[in-house]
Amino acid sequence: MSELRLMKGNEALAEAAIRAGVDAYYGYPITPQSEVMEYLMAANPEKTTGMVVLQAESEVSSINMVYGAAGAGKMAMTSSSSPGVSLMQEGISYIAGAELPCVVVNVVRGGPGLGTIQPSQADYFQTVKGGGHGDYKLITLAPASVQEMSDFMRLAFELAFKYRNPAMILSDGAIGQMMEKVELFDPIPRRTDEEVAQQCPWATTGRKRGTQKRVITSLRLVASVQEEFNIKLQKKYKQIQENEVRCEMIGCEDAQFVIVAYGSSARTSMKAVELARKSGLRAGLLRPQTLWPFPTKELRSLAERGVQGFLSVEMSAGQMVEDVRLAVNGRSRVEHFGRMGGVIASPLDIFEALKQFAAGEKKLF
Amino acid sequence: MNGEFMNEEIIIAGFGGQGVLSMGKILAYSGLMQGLEVSWMPSYGPEMRGGTANVTVILSTERISSPILTAFDTAIILNQQSLDKFENTVKPGGLLIYDPNGISRPPERTDLRIYSVEASKTANEKNMHKIFNMIVLGGYLKVKPVVSLDFIEAGLKKSLPERHHKLIPANLEGVKLGGEIINRVN
Repeated sequence: MSELRLMKGNEALAEAAIRAGVDAYYGYPITPQSEVMEYLMAANPEKTTGMVVLQAESEVSSINMVYGAAGAGKMAMTSSSSPGVSLMQEGISYIAGAELPCVVVNVVRGGPGLGTIQPSQADYFQTVKGGGHGDYKLITLAPASVQEMSDFMRLAFELAFKYRNPAMILSDGAIGQMMEKVELFDPIPRRTDEEVAQQCPWATTGRKRGTQKRVITSLRLVASVQEEFNIKLQKKYKQIQENEVRCEMIGCEDAQFVIVAYGSSARTSMKAVELARKSGLRAGLLRPQTLWPFPTKELRSLAERGVQGFLSVEMSAGQMVEDVRLAVNGRSRVEHFGRMGGVIASPLDIFEALKQFAAGEKKLF
Repeated sequence: MNGEFMNEEIIIAGFGGQGVLSMGKILAYSGLMQGLEVSWMPSYGPEMRGGTANVTVILSTERISSPILTAFDTAIILNQQSLDKFENTVKPGGLLIYDPNGISRPPERTDLRIYSVEASKTANEKNMHKIFNMIVLGGYLKVKPVVSLDFIEAGLKKSLPERHHKLIPANLEGVKLGGEIINRVN
């Protein structure tokens, strides 16, 4: 029997990590996600499931601890907020280059620099366009509720292991700090060493007599070997794009105007759509749950069906709007609306912007 | 709930330390126990360090869209700064409840139902400082019984750590007291 609780997004994510059978969490505190490690430290899962919870000396250490544990086939994760995730980018690129599964959580705050502690979505480019170097992609999940903070924790690990690829949960300060009802899934036991060895034939679980040496590395030196690996990666990414797109559509069936928004912006936009519908404006919401792979086909088919305009609502200067434009590819109007620096656009602000957009205005803020 | 649609959007605002966030949490947990959809969105920014705290609580029979709001059905106000900030955010016809202690400029709107609850004074007189926020909550629930007392008890059990469960009867007494001392102002 699953369990109902009122929890903060950060707490639900931490509890879900324990229940998902995660082997190790390495982190370094930063607002607005400190509750993740605080919750894990208080829960002390080492006593129950055997999960390691460790405060590293920095984010650079935490991501490299994740790298090491992931290389041994363990379910390893870290969480941080924007400035901390910037510090992790080298490690994330290495993990992608070594084809290892892991989960990184970013509870985004306003930037650039140390910025502010309030919610933001300005790390979209960093996450989906490759914050580190090289041609790599992160499977990116964008929870819009406390329930999804829990559900996506498990899903992120499933996808990471399915494709041997790092996965990112891109949340924001509002989703991390708010409390909602959450239905917690039943605990999944941590895998035994035998199960790890069996399920991860690539992992460095200790060489036995007569078996091949296994090497975890992102270094390939010979250009042709590296290119061969790049081609393999791209094939994998194509497969992920074909199979793993997730999004929610609300009121899109007859919508003339569609808001595209994820995370907490999707919640404020949902209310704006309600307000618009009440005023007689046929509005809808497309909420990407995966930011990479992006719901390109879904947006394109809405544009082909005759949606007149798409308004990308983000807490940034306009980042996801570029992917919306690529998907719509000139078939309909596309604009961006949003606030920056930790300021949240209210449902009324979004409704007003949508009305102006529907009336043909271009400059929305 | 007899199948009726209900959606109550509440702002609770006052000084840090008055129990604003925990009052919201108890209300939200009680709503959850009663089978409602709930959300609790605190101000967590640096303004908390300046002394004021506020939380948006939504109780609904339907899926909650935005946990972040700028217009409310009900405002529960515990200091002058919060009154100045939130009086104009209550929807026309909405409810405004305030504790007159420390209020130098009472609410001025004429299109609201305004109630005062002398929770601070009562808590001082009866030596019930720790449950000041429950007196306020009781006043609100008297005017708008969105959750029943049984579920408040269940909500308290869920939101308080076990070692504080012995305080639940006193908390419930505070809720009842709040219902007795709340007065319509306009």
